[in-house]
Parts: sequence; structure tokens; C-alpha cells
Amino acid sequence: MKRLVPMWIAIVAGFVMLLSAFFPITESLGETMGDVFNVVAAIAFILGAGSLAKVNLAKISQRDQGWGYAAITLICFAITLAVGLGKFGVPPSAQFPALGWSGEKDAEGSIFGWIYEYALVPITSTMFALLAFYVASAAFRAFRAKNLEAILLLSTAFIVLLGRTFAGVVLTGWLPDWASGLRLENLSVYIMQVFNTAGNRAIIIGIALGVTATSLRILLGVDRSWMGSGD
Amino acid sequence: MRHPYVIHDTLCLDPSDPDWRFAGIVEKGYRALVARNAIANRWRMISSALILCVIALDSSGAIDSAPANTPSIITGNKVNLSSKIPFNELGQEVTVPPAAISVQARDVPWDAGGVIEVSWKPAPDTGTATKWVIERSEALQTGLTPWAFVAEVPIDETVVLAPKLSASASYFFSVTAVGPEGSSAVATTKNAVTPEWNFFIGAKLPLFCAILVVSACVIYYILAARRGRPMKVRRIAALEAITDAVGRATEMGRSILFVPGIQDMDNIQTVAGITVLGHVSKTAAEYDAAIEVPTSRSLVMEAAREAVQASYLAAGRADAYNADGIRYITDEQFGFVAYVSGRMVREKPAACFYMGCFFAESLILAETGNSIGAIQIAGTAESSQLPFFVAACDYTLIGEEFMAASAYLSGEPDQMGSLKGQDVAKAIAATLIIVGVVLATGAALAPQGTMASALEWLKGVLGS
Repeated sequence: MKRLVPMWIAIVAGFVMLLSAFFPITESLGETMGDVFNVVAAIAFILGAGSLAKVNLAKISQRDQGWGYAAITLICFAITLAVGLGKFGVPPSAQFPALGWSGEKDAEGSIFGWIYEYALVPITSTMFALLAFYVASAAFRAFRAKNLEAILLLSTAFIVLLGRTFAGVVLTGWLPDWASGLRLENLSVYIMQVFNTAGNRAIIIGIALGVTATSLRILLGVDRSWMGSGD
Repeated sequence: MRHPYVIHDTLCLDPSDPDWRFAGIVEKGYRALVARNAIANRWRMISSALILCVIALDSSGAIDSAPANTPSIITGNKVNLSSKIPFNELGQEVTVPPAAISVQARDVPWDAGGVIEVSWKPAPDTGTATKWVIERSEALQTGLTPWAFVAEVPIDETVVLAPKLSASASYFFSVTAVGPEGSSAVATTKNAVTPEWNFFIGAKLPLFCAILVVSACVIYYILAARRGRPMKVRRIAALEAITDAVGRATEMGRSILFVPGIQDMDNIQTVAGITVLGHVSKTAAEYDAAIEVPTSRSLVMEAAREAVQASYLAAGRADAYNADGIRYITDEQFGFVAYVSGRMVREKPAACFYMGCFFAESLILAETGNSIGAIQIAGTAESSQLPFFVAACDYTLIGEEFMAASAYLSGEPDQMGSLKGQDVAKAIAATLIIVGVVLATGAALAPQGTMASALEWLKGVLGS
């Protein structure tokens, strides 16, 4: 029963969502399913917050390595939750100017908005900026000319890279018009439009078929491993 | 000296209670202007009786806002649009574009309702017009609602779709040619049209047929597998390596890290990731290796816990299951990345699995895993992230391989049959592509030939 009920919920919800994409009469049912998912996800957030608190409190109480960070996490979580729910510093909305809580929680001037703007955004931007260095290190490793395939990959990458810079235009700008197709900027466009698009579409077609087959396995109850090991 | 006219107008459906609105000011001597520019924006003649024009002469120049009580009012003018003379706001005659000749509106067939196609025939010479402005008004029993903007299209277009309409309402549409000096007369539809919804969305028929074909292939081979037909599926190295990766972690006495993407359970990739997690955790339970699953969604955490717990039960190691190893971190993309990367650097897991939907974080995670020397296996259907995983991981499940992982790992005939069906569907798609390429090439060589006709037919069938 523990697995049968979730399986049938998934089957019914899945078929409703599928039909709602084609039959307008079931469209509202599909929207309802979407709403139900949002409600369940919102309720599940309580479980998530509980897990976060439990793990970090355990770390603090046991004085595990890095327990101080756990304390900071919990303090920040509590502060953000409090100022968000309490709408501290939220200016009244234009519609209800007499009511202090009528504005949006992240309106300009609110503490929640301030935390988002001046703490969260810079921190997440910093993490995102690290990506540039990781791209460089991954490219360095990927483009080592170890074998024929790697040499082809390296050559192609080199053409595309140069073709998208001024250097590429300058380097092959001397080529006459009848050989303009060999100019780096044109070669770059050709590689991206033909080879890259063809390969990408092949992957996307495979993904689409895979998604259909996977969905079908779940909807037909053939694959139940998302609820466990399938045994 | 010319004194101004103050104009009020109304869509006078009920002459005893007209809703007068200030329309503009014009100079004396330009009565036609009243009929042209000052109230043009509200002139949408559905019938000739709708508009009652009011002209209030105020010799002192003061604007009288209550025209109904002033003696100088001229009322009762039913204005015929076709008699208008184009003037600008200063009363000078200008050249305005000719109006559309006829405006038609029709319900879009085989749709979900809410959309009406508006088309019109332009005058032979559109003059200085640069664009068409299309507006709509809902027909009520008591009259018409105010005209609302629908779309603005270049002058060379003559069809527009009016979306987001109510399937229970009827609408009139108007088309106005707009040029630098002014607007044309407004041409409207003669009848109100209702955007009715249909049983089936016709535009999605090719997609629906494709799903039916793929589903038929998959179901046929599932049934064939049940009847005992052997199903051979090619070896997928990344999935074969799962056991090795778990074994390595066990030997090194380190944990296994499994990241099921950063999306919620409504994403099929997350579901596919959780199915792989079930198999990985079962192997981990059998090998007695610790598994950690940080999640960025609470619902994924719950689903992952269920999957891992069931795997530990199936492996006969229910006592070894640790729910706290599967934890919620944060919904914030880079907050989640910061935690997982930090955790990887500190704990140095021996095996890292990335199975699900990833975006910019894919490379950060995979490169961090690479830097700590972990064996890494990734799988995603995000084609833009695949190169990063290929570059930084030991094994990568590319798109459909990732979707096939659960079936492959289970080894069950039913599921293997579904993979076979998927392959047959792929063969059909490949055949269609080859046919399309041949036809397109033939059509390029002979644009009037049979191949060109066949290509158009194929495009029509496939809905492209």
C-alpha cells in the first residue's frame, strides 16, 4: 500500500498532465495538478527547513569540525525568516498607505530586500564568477592533444575561438573573396551552424525519445525505482 | 478671432443617460475636425446610431465641463465616418492613410479557445501608413466595452492573432492605419466573433501522433519482452562503472556523493536521477559504503529518502540507513553549489555522482570533484551542460543514456523492452531525417519538381 498509493497518484497525475497538453477540456485539471504540486512543495519546505535545523543543531551540540559555520547558517536562517515573515521595514503599499505591512516583503527599504540585495546577490555572484576559472581549467584539460579525436576537438575549438575575436578577422582578412569561406569568422559560423547544430539536434532528439520512454515506464508502472530500488 | 470648440462625445447607447467624455478642443470653423481628430480615438462605429457628437461653443474660451447644461451645445449629430475630413489638432488639413477596406475576424479552428484571427484587406495604395493598430471591444448586452489595444503590426502584414480572449465572450475588432500625419478612419468587423474552444488542439496533432508512435513502439517491446523475447541493449560504460565507483569508495573508506540536480520533482530529469539513486544506494548498502545526498528542494529530499531507504531495505541493511545523510541545503542555486563544493573539499568523497538537471553549477561541481581526485559519473539531459561534464567527469551519460539508466541498471525484461522500443522510435526518426534531407536536397536542385512538392507535403504532415 505504501508504494501503491504514490504510484497511482503519479499515474493519474501524469496522464492528466499529458492529456491537458492536447485536450482543452482537461486543461483546468492540469492546472489544478500544478497547483497541488506547488502546495505539496510548499508544505515539504517545512520538512526541508526541519532537516536543515536538525543537521546543523546536531553539529553544534557535538562540536563537530566547522560547527561555527553551522551556527552562522542557523542564525542567518532565523534572521532572514523573521524579517521576511515580520516584513520589517516594509513600506506601505500605494494601495493601502495606512497599513504598514501592506507592501511587498522585498520592497525597497525593507530589511529582507536589503539582505537580498546587499548580501545574497553579491555572495551568489561571487560563486558564479568562479565559473570563469573552472572553464579555463576544464578547457585546458579537455583540449590536450592526446589522440586524433582530441586534436580534432582542439582544432575546431581554436577556429571557433579565433573566429569570434578580432584577431581571427585580422589573421585571415587577406583571403580573397572567392576564398572568403575559409576566413576564420566564416568558418566559425559554419562550424556552429552545421556541425554543432546537427550534433546538438541529434542529442535533443535522443533526449526527447528518452523522456517519452521514461515517462511511459513511470506512467505504466513498469519503472517503480523512483520510489525505491524497484524490488 | 476664432473661439475654440470644446467637444464631448459619447457612445450613446442610451440617449437619456449619455456618458459624456471630454474629447478635445478645436477652433471654430473646423467642425469637420470635430468629426475627425478630436474624438477619432473613440470612434468605433458599430452602427451609425452609436455615436452622438456634442459640440459646445464657448465664446469666452473657457472649457465647459458640463455640456449637457449649456445652451451652446449642439447635440444629436450622428456622424458618418466616411464623411470625415482629415485635419490635425490645429485644424489644418493633413494627408492621412486610407482605411482598411474590409476587416474579417474568425475563430481559430482547433485551438484551446481564446484566440481570434483578425484579417483585413488594405487599400490599393496605403499611402504614408507605416503600421496597423488593431483593437478589440467586447460585445455586451448593454453595449460595448472600451476599445483595448490588441496588436501593432507593420503595414505589409494583414493578419494578426488576438490572444487571451474569453471563450465565453464575443468581440468586435477594429483596424486603423497609422501614418506620420495621422490615422486613417477606423474599419471594424461587422459582427462579433466568439473564440470557441475545441475538443483537440489541432496544432499539436503531429506531436500527439509522434507520442503515439513512440508509445506504441515502447509498449510493443515491453509486451514482447514479457513474452520472453530476448532484448539486447548495448553496454553503457558509465553505468557499468557505478559498481566500480562504489567499490572504490568502500575500499578507501570514504563516502559517496550523489547530487540529483537542482530542480524539483516535476522535472523528469530529477525523477530519472532519483531512479539512479535507488540503484546506487542499493549497491552502496551492499558494499556498506556511506552515501550523502544534498538536495536543493525539500520534495526531492523526501523522494530521495524514500528511494534510499527502500534500497537499504532491499539490500537487507535497513539498520545502516541514515536519513540525515540526505539533507536539504537551499533552493538558491549558488548557495547550494557553495555547500556542495565546500563539502567535497572537506570530506573528499571517493565517488561523485551528478544525475539530474544542472545549469551553470555543473562545471563548478565537476571541477571541484576532479580536483579532489574523486571518480565522477554524471548524467543529464541539459545539452548545454553536457560538454562541461564530458570535460570534467570520468563518465558521462549523454541525454537518452541518462534516461535509460534506470531500465539498464534494473535489467528487468519489461524495462529493457522499453529501451528497445525507444531505439525503434529513434530509427523511425532517423529515417524521417534522411528522407527529409534527400527531399530538401532534391527540392534545392529542382524547386518546381516532385521532390519539392513531397518536401512541402512532409513539412505539412510534421507540422513545421
